[in-house]
Amino acid sequence: MARRLLHWLMPHPVLTLLLAVVWILLQNQFSAGMAVFGLILGIVIPLITAPWWPDRPQSFRSGKMARYALLVIWDIMVANLQVAWIVLTVPNTKLRPAWIVVPLELRAPEAITMLAGTITLTPGTVSADLSDEGHSLLVHVLHTTTPDAVRDEIKTRYEARLKEIFA
Amino acid sequence: MTAAILGTYLTAALLLIGAGFASVAAIGLLKFNDPMTRLHAPTKIGTVGIGALLLASMLHGFLSGAPSYHELLIMGFLFVTAPISANFIAKVNIHQRSCDTPPAPPQDETWSTLNTPKEPGQSPPHSSQ
Repeated sequence: MARRLLHWLMPHPVLTLLLAVVWILLQNQFSAGMAVFGLILGIVIPLITAPWWPDRPQSFRSGKMARYALLVIWDIMVANLQVAWIVLTVPNTKLRPAWIVVPLELRAPEAITMLAGTITLTPGTVSADLSDEGHSLLVHVLHTTTPDAVRDEIKTRYEARLKEIFA
Repeated sequence: MTAAILGTYLTAALLLIGAGFASVAAIGLLKFNDPMTRLHAPTKIGTVGIGALLLASMLHGFLSGAPSYHELLIMGFLFVTAPISANFIAKVNIHQRSCDTPPAPPQDETWSTLNTPKEPGQSPPHSSQ
């Protein structure tokens, strides 16, 4: 009974926590009253928006996710330097942009969203579109002479890890 | 005292790094001549540039005794929303055919942006979405 009540009150516990933390950060100072109000918001907002959250991913490994986030932040910094170098040194006539198609093994919408976001945030690649039934992802590369290598790197470096996170 | 001086230098360095990346992003936006390549520079280099500026702001806040955590939120929102705006601009480019047409996907019919009804009154081949 208590567990059912708790589940009804907090259908998405992580979202509740996230909303409370965002509220406290918005206030820019911590006090007990603010924490309680943040918690109230964290309970009320998921309840109101519940129709738009039909289901959660089946499993989610937060430990692996933390390591993945660190990897992505590192990649963002390294790739930023590479793209800055391309912008400053490669003339337009020598630039080799390319479309690459990444066949997807991921099926969960959350996982595909995260992969697309990762691809866009790591500079040099933008995820542009998804095929109509979601089996492949269209990626635009700023400058590459070996498009297949870029595709394989996305698959081994990011998709394989996301498959483990959402396994 | 040395910690404060060190912090000031670090803040200055972060400000310079952030401004440098932001100007490289602006140069990229001006230099590239194709809508898709032009998309690359500001959407990404910009995020790290702004990230460095926000870190400098936070560091300055802590050093001057008025700690601020708003910057964390700005960074979070920026990293979540930047890919979405980039994705939308890319979709508009594909839709308006203002870039090279992408190669067809290997498994499915077409890209979802190009999946529009051919003639009025005729339903698209896959209207499940």
